[in-house]
Amino acid sequence: MSAQTVLFDLPGPRARRRQRIGTVIGALLIAALVALVLWRLGSNGQLDPGRWAILFDPAAGVPQALGEALLNTLAVAAVGMVAATVLGALLAVGRLSDHAWVRGPVAAVVEFFRAVPLLVLILFCLLFLPTIGVPMTAFRALALGLTLYNMAVLAEIFRAGILSVDRGQREAAFALGMRKTQVMTLVLLPQAVRRMLPVLVAQLVVLLKDSSLGFIVGYVELLRQARSLVEFFNFQFGNIYTFQLYVAAGLIYIIVNVLLSQLAKYVEKRTRRDRRTAGSDDVELPADVQMGGGGGLVTEAGGR
Amino acid sequence: MGFLTDNADLLWSAFLTTLSLAVTSGVCALVLGTVLAGMRVSPVPPLRGLATFYVEVFRNTPLTVVFFFLVFGIVQIDLSFPSRFIAAVAALSLYTAAFVCEALRSGINAVPPGQAEAARALGLDFGQSLRTIVLPQAFRTVVPPLGNVWIALAKNTSIAAGFAVTDLTAALQRLSNANADQLLLVFAAIVAGYLVITLPSAWAIRVIEKRVAIVR
Repeated sequence: MSAQTVLFDLPGPRARRRQRIGTVIGALLIAALVALVLWRLGSNGQLDPGRWAILFDPAAGVPQALGEALLNTLAVAAVGMVAATVLGALLAVGRLSDHAWVRGPVAAVVEFFRAVPLLVLILFCLLFLPTIGVPMTAFRALALGLTLYNMAVLAEIFRAGILSVDRGQREAAFALGMRKTQVMTLVLLPQAVRRMLPVLVAQLVVLLKDSSLGFIVGYVELLRQARSLVEFFNFQFGNIYTFQLYVAAGLIYIIVNVLLSQLAKYVEKRTRRDRRTAGSDDVELPADVQMGGGGGLVTEAGGR
Repeated sequence: MGFLTDNADLLWSAFLTTLSLAVTSGVCALVLGTVLAGMRVSPVPPLRGLATFYVEVFRNTPLTVVFFFLVFGIVQIDLSFPSRFIAAVAALSLYTAAFVCEALRSGINAVPPGQAEAARALGLDFGQSLRTIVLPQAFRTVVPPLGNVWIALAKNTSIAAGFAVTDLTAALQRLSNANADQLLLVFAAIVAGYLVITLPSAWAIRVIEKRVAIVR
């Protein structure tokens, strides 16, 4: 339903005037709120340009440190994404297998990793695995945790993608005498992946968001780096750069994620224009998956 | 097994903290998210813009960053929450509301246009048709996505552990230091605590979905 047009008439002159008045009042209220916040910050001296200059001052080492932290964040996200995509594709194929002894365990693995909180999973990798002789660092634990739960989420997404390929494709491939491995690898997977491409990019945003959990397990990503910089500067100059560094770290996260989201939208637009996938439904990550941490547990009928 | 009985109090109170964290923020997020979804389809363009902006910002912000700002950031403007628990509820609700809004909006879009047209033809205004015709149907179709948002929220409460709320994950960190020899058991107990919330929820969602689904 295109609610915009059905739910209400186009406003007439009187309604438009009312809306304009409301908009002005609302805008004034918000402006007042922003001004209040700025005034508070100003009276605490937080808007002092000298305090913000440190963010761009190479001599203090802040830009380098934040840049390095951003690279750390991206590195763990990249490792997690690649590993999760490969494993997720394998699990998706496994879950669609004809053999119950493959399907069953694979389903159990997928469901388990979706049911456990991501942070607990990461802590498990960090705390338990070293006791059975697996050398662990914060990076490995984070990458492994992100991989394990993303692979479960992606497996479900891939499965939905494979199931959404028109039935005729599969039947035609079998009719041509292909074996089931060939049908999967030559016919179904290429189409499913092309259709799922925007979702994959969107999942990257989710993964990047989740990498901020590194803050809690002691991996030097953006937030942790900001915190240790704050502690360092507090020691030297007292509590004057705290706010600036936190804002910088938060903003970098948001900017990188917004850019990735835009990329996902762009890819989606291109995919939709592509004749080979035209006519496919809107592909979008479900809201719960976008929340990160593995999303919910209930798979809707029809795989999605 | 000894430590389970030794630390029963800690585990139980941690479980209750996690549960109340999830329930309180779930209710707040549901209310806020519904308002946001209403704003996103409202006739007033600035309201639509505001809601879209809110959702876009929170969709692209890690939950940890939201926590971070509510715990460490707002002291800079001389505000603070009365307790860490309330700060955690605020962070979780603000974050989850964006996704409740997204789920609901897809539900509103799934209501056939004829329903809204009929409501308008009967003379209901925007608020009435949204409240009495569109949203009730939308809620029925979004039971699974909304339920999934709830489950994801229940799991996301674990992040509060990083900000000094003694929930299950915080108990995990404390117990794993004290019982290094029984680490696997500690993890099993904590994971079981989360599963006790999530698995019955998943089951209830399926039941409710079957009950209220509209066959079209």
